[in-house]
Amino acid sequence: MSAVTSSPVADPVDAAVGFAGALRRAGLEVPLSSAMLYAEALSVCDVSSRSDLYWAGRCALVHRFEDVAVYDAVFGGYWLGEALKTVADKATVSVPLMLHIDDEGDGRGDDEQPETDSEVMTVRYSAAETLATKDLADYSDEELEEARRLMARMRFGGPMRPSRRLSPARTCRGRLDVRRTVRATMRAGGEPVRMERRISSRRPRRLVLLLDVSGSMERYARALLRLLHAAVTGRSRVEAFALGTRLTRLTRELSSRDPDRAMGAAAASVLDWSGGTRLGAGLGRFNDEWGCRGMARGAVVVILSDGWDRGDPADMSEQMQRLARVAHRVVWVNPLKASTGYAPLARGMAAALPHVDDFVEGHNLDSLERLAELVLSSDGATAAPPFARCRDSEAVRARP
Amino acid sequence: MIKQVSAVDLRAVSSVEDVSQGLRDNSYLPDEALATSVYLALRLRRPLLLEGEPGVGKTEVAKVIADWGGGRLIRLQCYEGIDVSQAVYEWDYARQLMHLRTMEATGKALGADEADLADQLYSERFLVRRPLLEAVASGDGATTVLLVDEVDRSDDEFEAFLLEVLSDYAITIPEIGTFKAPDPPVVVITSNRTRDVHDALKRRCLYHWVEHPGARREAQIIRLRAPEVAEALAREVAHAAAAIREVGLYKPPGVAETIDWARALNLLGGASLDLAGASATLGALLKYREDRDRVVQHDLAAIVSDAAAASETPSE
Repeated sequence: MSAVTSSPVADPVDAAVGFAGALRRAGLEVPLSSAMLYAEALSVCDVSSRSDLYWAGRCALVHRFEDVAVYDAVFGGYWLGEALKTVADKATVSVPLMLHIDDEGDGRGDDEQPETDSEVMTVRYSAAETLATKDLADYSDEELEEARRLMARMRFGGPMRPSRRLSPARTCRGRLDVRRTVRATMRAGGEPVRMERRISSRRPRRLVLLLDVSGSMERYARALLRLLHAAVTGRSRVEAFALGTRLTRLTRELSSRDPDRAMGAAAASVLDWSGGTRLGAGLGRFNDEWGCRGMARGAVVVILSDGWDRGDPADMSEQMQRLARVAHRVVWVNPLKASTGYAPLARGMAAALPHVDDFVEGHNLDSLERLAELVLSSDGATAAPPFARCRDSEAVRARP
Repeated sequence: MIKQVSAVDLRAVSSVEDVSQGLRDNSYLPDEALATSVYLALRLRRPLLLEGEPGVGKTEVAKVIADWGGGRLIRLQCYEGIDVSQAVYEWDYARQLMHLRTMEATGKALGADEADLADQLYSERFLVRRPLLEAVASGDGATTVLLVDEVDRSDDEFEAFLLEVLSDYAITIPEIGTFKAPDPPVVVITSNRTRDVHDALKRRCLYHWVEHPGARREAQIIRLRAPEVAEALAREVAHAAAAIREVGLYKPPGVAETIDWARALNLLGGASLDLAGASATLGALLKYREDRDRVVQHDLAAIVSDAAAASETPSE
């Protein structure tokens, strides 16, 4: 075991505090209790061994696998005197797959099935269409803010599913509740007057939202991100991801109740805004890392995307099939669907459609409201109105 | 392999090498990182939270620590909706009622003091101990290992409760009183990471991400767990498995699957890995049709021949 080059650790507490500080400066969250734990660990370790020093810190100070790379870099800089690489930017941690940079602007329609698609694409940009309804993409900043306030009132409730947890039943159904029956029996002087029963309670299914942040979705993504925020803060068991050239989990960032902080954090953590579109690959990564492991199992998965995919359509189809097999329900929200004459001709969209349970539009607030309703009623158990909102602000919903 | 017969005081291990050797003596080959984590968990008396891909041997760690210490392994398998009556304790109501009826029938209840009767009914005799209470009440920290398996499957509420138990190792039962472990048990928590375990729980624990073993170590693991497999075959299987994990599968094979595969190949009589044998037994390794197709398309022949070549040159 090679010895540490810098001076040996004189006082574990000083060393721990110093190192924890270095990690914090590099952007890691290191609570005081972890720093103290690290100090304790150093006192029972052989600190002259580099590997002991390394692993003691890693299991005391790092709580997420994602943070390991940052830890490694800081460890090198702090203990071994290596030149500190730029640790702060997460970009060095994972390699962005920036594949296409031409995904921007009007050239988009041309390189994908030009002869059939050109008509569909022009419809999307035609003045008539933008005037027909106030499209999310055309919001001004003020309108966007207004929309955010409206979305915050949107309630994604159910669908429910039976939980394993049992709760007291009012009716004569369910399993015998021995505990309560005996209690009642004892109260009644030993006479079992009434059989108490328990029945499985119901709890909401997990809701997973996947937002496409590629170039073609750019104008919708900023508005739809607010919808994600509303959903994540609105109820429990909601997960949110951004799909672009990479997959970014946004649940933590969006869970702040303060909308500005949440939006800021989410926007900062997505490194591939308006990048290329590799929807199939992104879905694959979601399936591998989260979805099929358990997050999408029995969940309602909502994909917010226009379905433009530069990858292989077979890939897309395969990943959608995988997702559909584990999910309770797959809902695809396509902002383009509302355009007159829209047909799901984009190869990715066409490949995905057979595996989608509900294909809905999502270009304005009305359609998003219907989405909330749909998510709520996927098993028919509509309990509360989905959208407890005020209708006073007509500004964003204005029609010419 | 000689199994450790005498109990080892788990709290008194003196170095990382001790841990490494102890686990190895019980058929588990830890890498240095894992050995250090276990050592620290034992010395600092902290729970050890193990995360990692399914099949890298997280649960096995707890079992092996228990074997090594010669103590009991108390396992709490988490699932959605797990609650106090399944994890901590429950009263045996049927027996309580029967006791009451017997007292009545024999006429003892008539003369008995009401408070006495209640004390009798809510005594440890009618208490059904579930894993957490068992671990705390029988707490012999030197040997008992509490395994909280797949904590990510339980719900948040249960996690909060677990946090409470793990911070002071005490459980209060209103009718009886408080059980407190004089010497807290060794606690190993595993998670497959289907969701994030709460930060507060993570802060209590030492955290370790368990990786797939390297080819050389995996070959040693195969030999350790399936001694009937020839060394050459074990090496080839390990190299092939490492290559297959790189193909980009839905479910990369875990260590348990590799051991199964080696066993299957051995059973079919192959002294070394060949294409026919490998494709016939691929089902021991890969459990998805798509994965199987992908490996075959990705040129299984090349993987097999590469593995043979790689195992010739012993290197890490």
